[in-house]
Amino acid sequence: MSKKWKKYGSYALPFALVIVGFIVSEILIAGGNMSRSLKGQLIPICAYIVMALSLNLVVGFSGELSLGHAGFMSVGAFSGAIVSGWLLNGAGMENETLRLIIALVTGGVFAGITGVLIGIPVLRLRGDYLAIVTLAFGEIIRNVLNCLYFSVNDRKLLVGFNNANLPGTILVNGPQGAVKVAKIATFEVGFALVLFTLLVIMNLVRSRSGRAIMAIRDNRIAAEASGLNVTKYKMMAFVTSAVLAGMAGALYGLSFSTFAAAKFKFDTSINILVFVVLGGIGNIPGSIIAAAVLTILPEQLRAFSDYRMLAYAVVLILMMLITNNAKLKGFVMTIRENRKKNKVSAAVTAAQTKGGEQA
Amino acid sequence: MISFLSHLVNGLSLGSVYAIIALGYSMVYGIAKMLNFAHGDVIMVGAYISFCASQYWGLSPLVSVLCAMVVCTVLGIIIERLAYKPLRQAGSLAVLITAIGVSYLLQNLALLIWGANPKVFSSVIGFEGFTVFDGQLKITGEVVVTVITCVAVMLLLTWFTGKTRTGRAIRAVSEDKGAAQLMGINVNFSISLTFAIGSFLAAIAGVLLCSSYNTLMPTTGSMPGIKAFTAAVFGGIGSIPGAMLGGILLGLIEIFGRAYISTELADAIVFAVLIIILLVKPSGLLGKNVQEKV
Repeated sequence: MSKKWKKYGSYALPFALVIVGFIVSEILIAGGNMSRSLKGQLIPICAYIVMALSLNLVVGFSGELSLGHAGFMSVGAFSGAIVSGWLLNGAGMENETLRLIIALVTGGVFAGITGVLIGIPVLRLRGDYLAIVTLAFGEIIRNVLNCLYFSVNDRKLLVGFNNANLPGTILVNGPQGAVKVAKIATFEVGFALVLFTLLVIMNLVRSRSGRAIMAIRDNRIAAEASGLNVTKYKMMAFVTSAVLAGMAGALYGLSFSTFAAAKFKFDTSINILVFVVLGGIGNIPGSIIAAAVLTILPEQLRAFSDYRMLAYAVVLILMMLITNNAKLKGFVMTIRENRKKNKVSAAVTAAQTKGGEQA
Repeated sequence: MISFLSHLVNGLSLGSVYAIIALGYSMVYGIAKMLNFAHGDVIMVGAYISFCASQYWGLSPLVSVLCAMVVCTVLGIIIERLAYKPLRQAGSLAVLITAIGVSYLLQNLALLIWGANPKVFSSVIGFEGFTVFDGQLKITGEVVVTVITCVAVMLLLTWFTGKTRTGRAIRAVSEDKGAAQLMGINVNFSISLTFAIGSFLAAIAGVLLCSSYNTLMPTTGSMPGIKAFTAAVFGGIGSIPGAMLGGILLGLIEIFGRAYISTELADAIVFAVLIIILLVKPSGLLGKNVQEKV
């Protein structure tokens, strides 16, 4: 039972979780039992689940703290909104679902390219330096996006840097961000994106490459000595995470009629980190639950909104203090060992009684 | 020419503030091997305490600065005791996340206590300053005091870590905790003292920063904190003259970037400097290269 559970159960659990969540929400929507505010939250929940899962790939499995995850999200959101706007105004494509999917793919591709560009310098660094540089890149992305202007004029996509006077329909207007975005994101596509993310991450983590990524996390020098290409595997985790974050960003952006780069500041990166830490670093179902619950709760507890970030801060500190408490760790270990011992002794008694019966 | 000189003066002043913050950052990083994200928020707390002391309790500016120093020093020690000390043996990921948590905790406590609206911070420096070049270039009292404080702090710290017993103990602990302990150095005391010094400097930096820029918000400290870390890395982390040099250069880069390249991209330029330094010379301008041993 336990072996089979290890092989299939832990693989199926996150999928089951997401599918059940989806079916329950669909039933609630069909029955008219879902409040308007919760309905509006469904797409952001999907986006945040994908963000949390992708950050977990870097923090949990690759063991590096990335503080610029919102940067990839913003790259995805902006490129998604631009492509969707261009397809509508320039190419005259009316089909919304198709446009959304193309936008998601474009968001992923551009975030992935950014991930490669950032990953090349960043992944040469370690620990604290890596964290601060990802933070720096997140800020740089936000600064640069604040200076960008895009418009569609006569089927052509025009770009301006610090130049607001573009002809045609404005798509991105500098510090104002993306304007007049067609709200084409749907919950169904969001759900499909979550499934896709799970499929990518679960299979990556369980593959040869995934084991290499975790080996590097556990001991970089030993892994390198065993012939693993550290940069390659770190890059794999980092870029996969960036692509998924970009897709989540495109989904998120296309659920608003207008959004600015300020939406994706350092706070957003920290929010996502809180999802990952609270759900358990390296724990996939945990990330899903934490992202969903922590997106819904603040909306339902509007009265406590002042205390939300305070509570997040306390959660971060306490989680770290508790999970790294030597006494507590020792206590958990003894419980586990006792359970193991009990199991072994039970098996031994069972074997003995069996043997006795045969004799 | 005059505008160039005025940018130069502003850059020196901002750079001196960065340098004071970076000195604290650098010492804490050297001894605890951790990125104390909350350092920037201690700056903000210091500024708020000084603000409250002079505005609400009617204390004189000098006393209000003293209040800020005392509160920040105590705060630094408390943070170290409660949040960082239990994690001495833990991995760097856990420590870093805790530090971010502490930073957010301070910011949001300040938000609850003092509100989100920016406060107008009136300068604590009574000295008017002077003008040069027939009144074309004004050097304010804040600039003079900031630069002098920065140099004084650097000299004092160099003397302290080089000549005194306690200072040498701090250096020994940064180099090798285990060996220092075997030599009879109280490691925990040394680390607490370093946090106290760092937070003390943060209070000074907070008051000087807000005296020059006159606005105070719960998020005032976070950006200068991160930039000061950049400065510390730039100059070479763990090196006291390096932190000063890095701070001043970074201040100049930021002000000149803002003036001659782009206002929106000033922060991006500063961070680009950090990235380039880390790639080209990770040990910084004046830092020593440490080989990693297996």
